[in-house]
Amino acid sequence: MSVSLETTPGEIGEAAPGRHRALVHLALVTLGPILAALVLSGLVLLALGVDPLAYYGYVAQRGLFSWLGLQQTLTRMAPLLCLAAALIVAFRAGIWNLGIDGQFLLGAMTSAALAPFLITVLPAGATLLVAAAGAALVGAVWSLLPALLRAYQQVNEIITTLMMTFLGVSFANLLVKLVFLDPGTTVPQTRTLPVADRLPTLFGTTISGGLVLGLVAVVVVHLVMTRTAFGLKLRTVGENPQAAHHAGLDVPLLTVAVFAISAALAGLAGGIEILGVHGNLRADWNPAYGLAVIPLVFLARFNGFAAIVFVFFYSALMIGGESAARRIGVPHYFTLVLVANLLILLALAEYLDHRRRQRAG
Amino acid sequence: MPVRSAPATAPVVELLGVTKRFPGVLAVDRVDLALLPGEVHALLGENGAGKSTLVAMLSGLVEPDAGTVRVEGRERRIGSPRAALQQGISTVFQHVMLVPTLTVLENLVLGMSWWRRPDRAELERRLAAIRSEFGITLDLDQPTGELSLGEQQQIEIVRALLRQSRVLILDEATSMLTPSGADELGALMRRLVKSGLAVVFITHKLDEACRFGDRITVLRLGRKVGELAPEGLAAMDQAAAVDEVVGLMFGDRSIAEARPTRLRKAEGAPILTVRGLTVTGATRLARVDDVSFDLRPGEILGIAGIDGNGQKQLAEALAGQRTVATGSITLDGRDITRDSVAERRRLGLRYLTDDRIGEGAVGGFPVATNTVLKEIGAPPFWSGGIERPGRIASHARELIDRYDVRTPDETTPIGRLSGGNIQKVLLARELSGEARVVVFNKPTYGLDVQNIMASRNRIAAIADASLAVLLISTDLEELLDVADRIAVMAAGRLTGIVANDEGARARIGALMIGRAA
Amino acid sequence: MEALLTAAFLTALLAGAVAAGVPLLLAGLGEQMSEKAGVLNIGIEGMMLMGAYLGFLVAFESGNVALGFVAGMAGGMAVALFMAILCVGLGLNQIVIGIGLTLGVEGLTALLHHFQFSTTYPRLAAAWRLPVPGLVELPVIGPALFDRHPLVYLAFLLVPLLAWLYRRTALGLTLRAAGEKPAALDVAGIDVQTVRFLAVLFTGAMAGLGGAFMANVAAGIFIPFMTGGAGFIGIVLAMLARGRPAWVLIGAVIFGGALSLTTALQVAGLNVPTDLIQMLPFAAVMAVLVLYGRKARLPAALGLPYVRGAR
Repeated sequence: MSVSLETTPGEIGEAAPGRHRALVHLALVTLGPILAALVLSGLVLLALGVDPLAYYGYVAQRGLFSWLGLQQTLTRMAPLLCLAAALIVAFRAGIWNLGIDGQFLLGAMTSAALAPFLITVLPAGATLLVAAAGAALVGAVWSLLPALLRAYQQVNEIITTLMMTFLGVSFANLLVKLVFLDPGTTVPQTRTLPVADRLPTLFGTTISGGLVLGLVAVVVVHLVMTRTAFGLKLRTVGENPQAAHHAGLDVPLLTVAVFAISAALAGLAGGIEILGVHGNLRADWNPAYGLAVIPLVFLARFNGFAAIVFVFFYSALMIGGESAARRIGVPHYFTLVLVANLLILLALAEYLDHRRRQRAG
Repeated sequence: MPVRSAPATAPVVELLGVTKRFPGVLAVDRVDLALLPGEVHALLGENGAGKSTLVAMLSGLVEPDAGTVRVEGRERRIGSPRAALQQGISTVFQHVMLVPTLTVLENLVLGMSWWRRPDRAELERRLAAIRSEFGITLDLDQPTGELSLGEQQQIEIVRALLRQSRVLILDEATSMLTPSGADELGALMRRLVKSGLAVVFITHKLDEACRFGDRITVLRLGRKVGELAPEGLAAMDQAAAVDEVVGLMFGDRSIAEARPTRLRKAEGAPILTVRGLTVTGATRLARVDDVSFDLRPGEILGIAGIDGNGQKQLAEALAGQRTVATGSITLDGRDITRDSVAERRRLGLRYLTDDRIGEGAVGGFPVATNTVLKEIGAPPFWSGGIERPGRIASHARELIDRYDVRTPDETTPIGRLSGGNIQKVLLARELSGEARVVVFNKPTYGLDVQNIMASRNRIAAIADASLAVLLISTDLEELLDVADRIAVMAAGRLTGIVANDEGARARIGALMIGRAA
Repeated sequence: MEALLTAAFLTALLAGAVAAGVPLLLAGLGEQMSEKAGVLNIGIEGMMLMGAYLGFLVAFESGNVALGFVAGMAGGMAVALFMAILCVGLGLNQIVIGIGLTLGVEGLTALLHHFQFSTTYPRLAAAWRLPVPGLVELPVIGPALFDRHPLVYLAFLLVPLLAWLYRRTALGLTLRAAGEKPAALDVAGIDVQTVRFLAVLFTGAMAGLGGAFMANVAAGIFIPFMTGGAGFIGIVLAMLARGRPAWVLIGAVIFGGALSLTTALQVAGLNVPTDLIQMLPFAAVMAVLVLYGRKARLPAALGLPYVRGAR
């Protein structure tokens, strides 16, 4: 296992020494920071006069151990998994796509604009397909400028993707308010896709079918990145662009491809959220899932299967946290504190682990 | 100006039994070293002998695990570069330690307290004194990055003089210089020690150590294996001194065995033809300007010259990594000037880069993946875009076997191997399949003597197998050893091509300093 | 369109540009020093927000706005201290830690705000103004520029001061060397980590001050997430200014102007959607990057940790 958080995102990858030792080691550098983050964040709660154990207990009960909560958790996983897939592609290829929130929201906007209109002329299946494809396409288009700037002008994509996110959030709002406004309501929002025409739920539960799409997205991305020629090309560009150039790979073209795939998945995440859960897009709605998924993907060390596990727990935390905000009066901002603690402690654990192994030789 | 107080017999700096261990390596093992004022102390050894670690200790980059450092008889810690400078120890590192975007003046004053203002008049006054004593002139307002490496080295020496150093360490200082530039540096070192400095001259080149050193210390595998004092050296002639040092450096093993023998000579029509090749570059020197040559199967054409004179640009243009402005490249009658890297590789044109870790390999990937890095997606290693790990692994194991790569196994990340073994993997990769023309860029740079000899033998063997070889090297001895013809490259132009026969050395020397052969 | 040229409109626009531009200016100047020294300080958004929160809290509790500014600087520096220890000292990834700190401060300040102010939403009294005698009488620019809180003048004075320090003292060289080739600075006898550490702390102080200005002077209130990307704009300003403080000032005024255009247009009686106006500064950044992106040369060692002896 190489040093992930101390280096560029692409440098993680290739490694599998002694399976048993690796598992123990993984547990130490993963579970350790998770526990520490829970304790540290618990202290914050304590300082605010909230009993941390009661809070965590309530969150676990609501997000994991009640049937209703669990269904909500699994539904929430769908867009997060797509976003995780988007980030895994980008990070493994050494691209910091920090613009997934903008891509997500424009994807959502596209689906919300298309679906209620298409359903009047097309069958439900075709409507969902076109609306989801549209979301992915618009997400990809939104990343084109940062992609071209990075590929051909060497302009740092961190800045450009962040700028495009701010731009995208406002743009989505503008379109909702001015172009796709539902004349039938007083709330500024798009027209609504009827519940019956949304993504089918799973096996008679309330769990959105988007979950399946999200799982497929993560698994496919994981397999493509680790088992195919295309994935190896992207990882080569990510680990050492000079070596990629030397080996005859078209680095700028592959860079644009990475942006396009990553942003398309982020756009699809937005589409899934609209087509599976909301049915419409309200103005000024911005869940900002993206920044929170980044730590999860790091935590999973860009491994798709690990990402699924972390997304599951994070979703439970969100659902439980939203419920706790109503019942216990701790706003769901607390989740941000927890994630931040987790990210920093994780980075620290990797650093200490790296130092330890260096000493050991 | 250097202080001239210390009596000529007492060492300024003394290392006593210093030891430094890095993970898995004993880099320096109980070494004693005394640096005396008025003396050029040559530190000789191959790569891995511990020279760099000793330099790092003296300049404050690493601290010894054991042993003591004495400065003017008193025990001192040199815990940081700052501490080294305060003790009067200045270092001119092998890789230039100047900020390329700053001017010469700014680099000279770098290191002063941040609130102070550089005093130009004062600096010019002191530079005038240095000019009259040592004959070095500098243009203060030039951006440093635009200067040649030799000029940059002079800035670093002047900086050391401005700091009133008592010890000046020159780490592989001749590696970037022409033969005449090296002689000039030798003369400068004479003037420096005359003014009372202790100079440490680190080199891996025998003849330089014998020519310039008053005292020679020989290192091998981290140990000091011998020291020739001035009295002893004065008593022998040059050849005897060289013999003595060779014995110390290599033990019983002779390096004379090494010279590769060539079986065949070039044959038939040229396979690679280059005409008027021009490539624009970032600087005045690093470009390719109207280069033409032919290369026949079975032939080794050497390209000599000082590093940074367009050799890398030439190699990259041939490999297809760099866009050609004008001119043509023809491989076996086919114009490949606009072909991609992959297409040229398929046609048999292979390029072994000098930057083994930076661009040749992906350090985090396993050895196996690196062996097929230039064939991603191609059968038999991929089928329909899906990786076939078994095929890649068996291919890698075969190459590891054939090229004697020392690695735990094919799944080891290549970054963990030594430079020589990475070089073998890259060579194996370039020669696999139908290779016809191989471009080598500094193939033995940074390798130890055994690997250097093995590499040269391999290159000779490649030519003997009727492949055409373009061998770019900054080591003239290497070219004289194996090449059939040698071209000299300066400022992007080929200034001449000579046959490698009696008198080649003299003619190449003349070409390198700009005279016609 | 005549309405756009009235004195009232121009005054409103210019006044708004200054109010919105000063935090950007401070953040941009602060970030510039980090970037020069080779640290990409993505955590600056969090530093501003912490400055805004603590600045407001202290100003509100003590009734002393000046004390609030000191607290804002301290808040920004506290976040910067984390950044410095983790990224400069330990060499952890600057982007990961920067994002982590920003997320954490966003969550923490929003939480604290919820427990302290979410029922009362207290406001500070209108900020103190220090009219500059004589100049304040000028039409349009007088009320817009010369009838402001003293911090506005100080922020503007910081521009020539920093420019002078960068050009005339060894500070500029030292920072540039730390960002371009840290190993060269190290062997010249200056500790790279110390230089970068202090540069990051300076960034924190400036960002915290900018955040406190937002809360205490421009808004008079603290709202969760109130910095809304100002820190990121600061990063862009620093990147495009290529090391020159004067360009940060020009950028800050342009961006401030774009941010304040909505209010000014409302003064002029035109109703343009807020979302459209909010897009302007970011669209401007993208346009500038498309046109000049290649020229926004960044220090060679930006974002890379320095380890002595590692080659």
